[in-house]
Amino acid sequence: MESFIQYAYVAAAVLFIFGLKQLGSPATARRGNLISSSGMLVAVVAALLSQGIDYTWILIGFAIGGAIGAAAARLVQMTSMPEMVALFNGFGGMASLLVGTAALSPAAGTFTLVTIVLSILIGGLTFTGSLVAYGKLSEKITSAPILFGAQQMVNGAIIAAILVSAVLFCINPDNTVWLVLVVALSLIFGVMAVIPIGGADMPVVISLLNSYSGLAACAAGFAVDNNILIVAGSLVGSAGIILTQIMCKAMNRSLSNVLFSGFGSGKTETTEVDGEIKPISVEDAFYVLEAASTVAIIPGYGMAVAQAQHVVKELTELLEGNGAEVNFGIHPVAGRMPGHMNVLLAEADVPYDQLLEMDDINPRMETVDVAIVIGANDVVNPAAREIESSPIYGMPVINVDSARTVFVLKRSMASGFAGIENPLFYKDNTRMLFGDAKESIGGLVREFGS
Amino acid sequence: MIPIEVFLTFILVLSIFLGFELINKVPATLHTPLMSGANAISGITLVGAVGLVGTGDGDPSKWLAVGAVALASINVVGGYLVTDRMLSMFKKKG
Repeated sequence: MESFIQYAYVAAAVLFIFGLKQLGSPATARRGNLISSSGMLVAVVAALLSQGIDYTWILIGFAIGGAIGAAAARLVQMTSMPEMVALFNGFGGMASLLVGTAALSPAAGTFTLVTIVLSILIGGLTFTGSLVAYGKLSEKITSAPILFGAQQMVNGAIIAAILVSAVLFCINPDNTVWLVLVVALSLIFGVMAVIPIGGADMPVVISLLNSYSGLAACAAGFAVDNNILIVAGSLVGSAGIILTQIMCKAMNRSLSNVLFSGFGSGKTETTEVDGEIKPISVEDAFYVLEAASTVAIIPGYGMAVAQAQHVVKELTELLEGNGAEVNFGIHPVAGRMPGHMNVLLAEADVPYDQLLEMDDINPRMETVDVAIVIGANDVVNPAAREIESSPIYGMPVINVDSARTVFVLKRSMASGFAGIENPLFYKDNTRMLFGDAKESIGGLVREFGS
Repeated sequence: MIPIEVFLTFILVLSIFLGFELINKVPATLHTPLMSGANAISGITLVGAVGLVGTGDGDPSKWLAVGAVALASINVVGGYLVTDRMLSMFKKKG
């Protein structure tokens, strides 16, 4: 029976790999997810064949978790996906912490003890780190970086204490004090690691925590000698690392800068920007749009906040009906998680081939008649190219200022998350359309109708 | 006979390389479903947890493992369902 179970795990691994491979194209992705889930089914059924386990309690646990998961999956709004992924990262981390702890037995050798410590450490910090990330994303706690004087020293002390208790635990596993200390310190460290990171950097943080939840599963796999946990955990781990790299590159920042610098903590620099703000009314914006033959729409987190994706789709259809070519330009860090904008627009029935990546839309920006910026700020900030003293200098941005006319939809003149002045707003070809994005676009849609 | 630690480390290293190759081919437009799908796969801890739910009710490990089963099930069930829900919305033009 044992070798049958192991072969079933091999089959599960193959299914996971094929599933991820099919995620390589939107056309096959849904099937890929189905294949991946059947891999999970095979692995779980195989695990249930092991001897001496209590089916009643497994079923109870599964029923509770499954019901919560199913309800969350059905009810979550697409704008809230970052929060949901953050929470799920946390649950994955906690599950690994519990498995690591439960795997502790008097027979455990040093190698197993080390892997138990790792699953507790990674799992614990993933859990609390994800809860803090969830709090910041859902604005239950302030999304601004929380910084205090001796932060680096306190964190250093926590890391040192974790190392000491971990070593003492491995030497002396019967003394539960060290175990409890490792658990407690890991949980504290997760909080400390995420509070200094600002809301705009959340795409990096949830990618990284995603990676950690996989690595925690990996460590738990070592603790219980189970290779399917290691395979699946490291697939997730590498996915998270790749996304983290992409996000950092898209912000032209190193990972350590994101994690430790408290970026955007309110140190507003004072770059003098020449020119003046030129507001435009919905009516005038409509006349410009009516004459446009190419339109580019650049969405940002503000579109998600205003829930404007459906009305944006309506406007797109009207523009296309009017003979214009409409494309969307999606910056990799637009929104609060990788791919956030794409999901919102997919929800509003915008076809995915109309969504262009930054490197595809930039070369055609000069031929665009009107670029409409909806709730995006830093990702279209020309200061990244022009002003060397700007904190975002060097970050790749969507060059909307090369378009003939730029409409910026914005609530007010408050600066973006990073508190950085945006010279785009003062350019000759920029017109500001103030107000709630959903209402402004709704107004344009009505103008087209009348 | 290879010691089990070496064998497991071997698996780890190969899977990480495989993971990099696979995930690098996922287009940016699918990064959110990729993350929620990864959430679901990280629920694989469920498999490890199931094996630790022993029959001795006095054993604290059992109850830790039951908790792990519940948490990992949230990830597995919720992760796959929400990924499917998202992917069902991705449509090509025309």
